[in-house]
Amino acid sequence: MKRALIVHRAGPGLSVQDDGRPGYLGFGLSRGGAVDRLALVEGAALLGQGESLAALEMAGMGGEFEATCDVRIALTGAPMRASLGGVRLAWNASHLLPAGARLLIGGVEAGSYGYLHLGGGIDLPRILGARSAHLASGLGRFVAAGSQLPVGEESRAALTGVCLAVAPRLDGGEIRVVPSLQTDFFAPSERLRFEATLFRRDARGSRMGVRLIADGPGFHSDAGLSVLSEVVVPGDIQITGDGTPFVLLAECQTTGGYPRLASVLPCDLPRVVQAPAGAALRFRFVTLEEAVAAERQAEAHRKGLPAALRPMVRNLHDMRDLLSYQLISGVTAGDDIERNAT
Amino acid sequence: MTSVVPTSALSDGAAGWPRIRTVGVDGMLVSFGDRLGEPANRAALAFRAALDRAALVGALETSTSLVSTYVRFDALRVGHAAMRTALLSLLAARDWYGAPLPEGRRLWRIPTVYGGDLAPQLAEAAQAAGMTSEVAIASLSQSRVRVQTIGFAPGQPYLGELDPAWDIPRQKALSDRVPEGALVVAIRQLVLFSVTTPTGWRHVGQTAFRLFRPEADTPFVLRPGDEVLFEAVPPEQMARMRTDPDGGARAERLE
Repeated sequence: MKRALIVHRAGPGLSVQDDGRPGYLGFGLSRGGAVDRLALVEGAALLGQGESLAALEMAGMGGEFEATCDVRIALTGAPMRASLGGVRLAWNASHLLPAGARLLIGGVEAGSYGYLHLGGGIDLPRILGARSAHLASGLGRFVAAGSQLPVGEESRAALTGVCLAVAPRLDGGEIRVVPSLQTDFFAPSERLRFEATLFRRDARGSRMGVRLIADGPGFHSDAGLSVLSEVVVPGDIQITGDGTPFVLLAECQTTGGYPRLASVLPCDLPRVVQAPAGAALRFRFVTLEEAVAAERQAEAHRKGLPAALRPMVRNLHDMRDLLSYQLISGVTAGDDIERNAT
Repeated sequence: MTSVVPTSALSDGAAGWPRIRTVGVDGMLVSFGDRLGEPANRAALAFRAALDRAALVGALETSTSLVSTYVRFDALRVGHAAMRTALLSLLAARDWYGAPLPEGRRLWRIPTVYGGDLAPQLAEAAQAAGMTSEVAIASLSQSRVRVQTIGFAPGQPYLGELDPAWDIPRQKALSDRVPEGALVVAIRQLVLFSVTTPTGWRHVGQTAFRLFRPEADTPFVLRPGDEVLFEAVPPEQMARMRTDPDGGARAERLE
């Protein structure tokens, strides 16, 4: 039978994502791809496969899934209440999804975006070199109930039942930024006030960007609103006309007229992406040298993930009694997903 | 930011340009001015082409905005200082403000319905420009404008430069949803929308021209340097235009 994932129920924010489409900036198409790039790499490590394979990104809520053949899966990013045949599944881990079994993934328990990875990847045809949906430009669309997503072949029998210890990035916190091309449009006093402000992530947000809210007046540049449209990159903190900051994400516009106060380090962007509505965020300027050092460290961390895999104590077949253990922080045993499933 | 460019490269006059600034952690921007001008726009396009030809070590991707050239690079392998030096060296190679326009340019004639239900802000925009609606249609439909850059959304052109009368501001409040194919105007520029989007620009014309065709061999139709005439057609033609893959548009090569 053709390898596929059947989507019986779908949360409102499911989309197929890979590492995006670099190379089309000059044509007005931003790179897009998974908003939490680290989660994509973690999933690839858990399944021992390439980082460019596509996974299912789940904003806030998962769905109900079934595979047509035995398929390996991994779960990363924001932990969600996931179960298979009534057994709670550990997050940041790989599992076997047997043909015909129902995989239930509920709402997030922390963070914002969860990821379901499949052995062999989601094998949609590539458009402009990638499989990811770029929703803002009408390239691909949300995955709806009733869809069947083709799953790539796997060349060899491969491992399941491994897990990763993942450093927390789901609750906001301190975000490092660098000065960027328009930072000096803002007076030093505005920049200091920005650093001193405790922001909360607004409930409004999308793959294009997240809005930050704070007490006190908005932020204003000296350049006014006559600024020439200039290059925009993910991580840019854009200040709109009313002084509200937005952190721009993977699917942002490629150029824009609103001034940018700073730019978030790519390695800190997953922390912004995953901060749930209401989570506290603070920003701290670092130098370019510090930023490059941090990116180097993040790259080493990503490269080290395959070596950091650990076997789960037991495999799926005898996990029931394991459910009384706390495998990783924040994931508890229980049948709560079954009781609450609709 | 310091700039060590020989004065011969600064024929556009203003001191301090071109200027190199960093973009985020892994980008640099070479800007040829701080306001839109024909020589600075040509300089940005020509410098990007030269950057692509030079294939600098570590360079990953380039693009242009109206008067700037952007390069994203592997900042973990090539330091910022080295990239800046490479850019300065390329900048010194010629007078970029005097560079010719890109090759292979085309003239597009895109049929456009001005005003009415399909483009409800024509009268308002005409008034802001101090014209009657009839004069405004004549002015816009006979202005041969050039694609200065592609940006914001896929395949979306910024076109100019219109007569000074069209130096009208953006609206204070955004229009909620202006459809794909809309022709909008502000600050002596036209933008033709490739996606349905909110905007502060005024919606003066409607075309059936698809700028982004992800399934086609040429997914992005217009290129910087192309010229466009938005020829006025009556609203009755819209239905037929919508059945044409090019929205009724025709292109010819410019020499």
